[in-house]
Amino acid sequence: MERRDFKEQLKKTAHLARLHLTPEEEELFTKQLQNILDYFKKLQELDTSNVEPMAHVLPLYNIWREDEVKESISQEEAFKNAPEIEDLGFKIPRIMKREE
Amino acid sequence: MRTLREIKKIYENKEANVKEVVESYLEKIKEWEPYINAFLHIPYEDIEKQIKELESKSPNLPLYGIPIAIKDNILTKNIKTTCASKILENFIPPYDATVVKRLKENGAIIIGKTNLDEFAMGSSCENSAFGPTKNPWDIERVPGGSSGGSAACVSAGEAPISLGSDTGGSIRLPASFTGVIGLKPTYGLVSRFGLVAFASSLDQIGPFGRTVEDIAITLQIIAGHDPMDSTSSPYEIPNYLEGLGKSVKNWRVGIPKELWYKGVSEEVLKTLENSFGVFKEMGVTIEEISLPSLEYALPVYYIISTSEASSNLARYDGVKYGYRDFTAEDLISMYKQTRGKGFGSEVKRRIILGTYALSAGYYDAYYLKATKVRRLIRIEFEEAFKKVDIIASPTSPVLPFKLGERISDPLQMYLTDIMTIPVNLAGIPAISMPAGFYNNLPVGIQFMSSFFTEDKLLQFAYAYQQFVDFSKKYPTLPNKERV
Repeated sequence: MERRDFKEQLKKTAHLARLHLTPEEEELFTKQLQNILDYFKKLQELDTSNVEPMAHVLPLYNIWREDEVKESISQEEAFKNAPEIEDLGFKIPRIMKREE
Repeated sequence: MRTLREIKKIYENKEANVKEVVESYLEKIKEWEPYINAFLHIPYEDIEKQIKELESKSPNLPLYGIPIAIKDNILTKNIKTTCASKILENFIPPYDATVVKRLKENGAIIIGKTNLDEFAMGSSCENSAFGPTKNPWDIERVPGGSSGGSAACVSAGEAPISLGSDTGGSIRLPASFTGVIGLKPTYGLVSRFGLVAFASSLDQIGPFGRTVEDIAITLQIIAGHDPMDSTSSPYEIPNYLEGLGKSVKNWRVGIPKELWYKGVSEEVLKTLENSFGVFKEMGVTIEEISLPSLEYALPVYYIISTSEASSNLARYDGVKYGYRDFTAEDLISMYKQTRGKGFGSEVKRRIILGTYALSAGYYDAYYLKATKVRRLIRIEFEEAFKKVDIIASPTSPVLPFKLGERISDPLQMYLTDIMTIPVNLAGIPAISMPAGFYNNLPVGIQFMSSFFTEDKLLQFAYAYQQFVDFSKKYPTLPNKERV
């Protein structure tokens, strides 16, 4: 992929990942990540048409537990690390843009 | 500067009490920290509380009065846990990780939280938002990463035991670079509850120590099923101490040609040469084996681990906990600014890489392909362990390198993990043992064994340490002028 096209791709990906990048970071990451992705192309050498994907190493299955009321941390404790709270709720900035 | 057994003796003979022993380690910390920065925080008040609480407990507890350092991506109730990231700079966990809870229940004293590469992403401990940890053997060199602080503190004698986490070599590489023992258990053996997630299908907690016995004692406490971790193994835990001291005569040791020659530095190979003589004295047989898919392990690892990380790190959004950028006007820009300013370079690089590998149009070529090759790697290990009991390799292809030497080239940094990564992809256990020194720099050897055979792995490592024992070899405190 052309360097310029890849840079656009990178900016789109950063937006999807909700990451603000400075122009310097965009420039640097474009160079570095293109380099890394080129190295990853090595994988295409291998024929894996008859191989099942494996997301996990152990034959473990999700373990369900009984839905019992158990002791847990208090609401106060749960909110203690929040940057902004109001009436025991997490407070966030407005979702809609302010009307001009 | 003692082993667990020696500390226990001190208590038995009433030569010192817990407070005095803990203080002797705090003294060491005071001496060494200006040079190596292994710790991010020492919870002095909490330590006093822990010592007090111990008074009502039985001195027969397996870890009674043993100071233990914990990597700062493992939650400690009421003690700051930052993951060496600005985004969690002031985070105080409301609960203990299962491993911490078990250590405390068995009498251990948590004496500090150790430095790491931010969110355990790195191989040198230079990616910490709070400054790098330095190698106690040469403070111009890195201690390896990501559990660099946990390794360096045991190496310098600031703690007898520590815990780290290993996703692609983050326990074994720093163990090798600092001349201590580091164990990565089988995936699922030790609970991940309370370990800040990086790559959930690879992450595993394990101990650092100076003797195999100390490693075995610690593993015995932290291993075992935990209902709070749905991927925690349900199997019965064997007695890890039972095999120590028993013969390993006629065991078969596999030497994978893919890990011994290509890409390994002369210095490392030369230092490890004597291990072959040791194997002979141990009475084991050596077999050259081949694991051809290991050539692809590095790209597979960096695709899978960054993909999982991109999802795991989505939780740092400036809403529920951690840093928030208050300048943003709307929600989306708040997310972006918070994450842009809160995360360091390497974390951002990996989140983007993972998001890219999972995104429409690239998923098949990257993530899906990587999970298929991962299966091939696992199958090759399974086949190999039908023929051999242990597989041996260098832990690192290079000697501990200088600070700044690799940091500007991420791919070069990633290649440091080439020996350790296959183990995490397969899920098997592996241990790094100090094998020798080259110009006063430690070199480690890695032993791997089959799934859930930590008992055999430790038996083998113990036999090896009877011939190659650096448990009493400590680095000397640097001269003040060198700082």
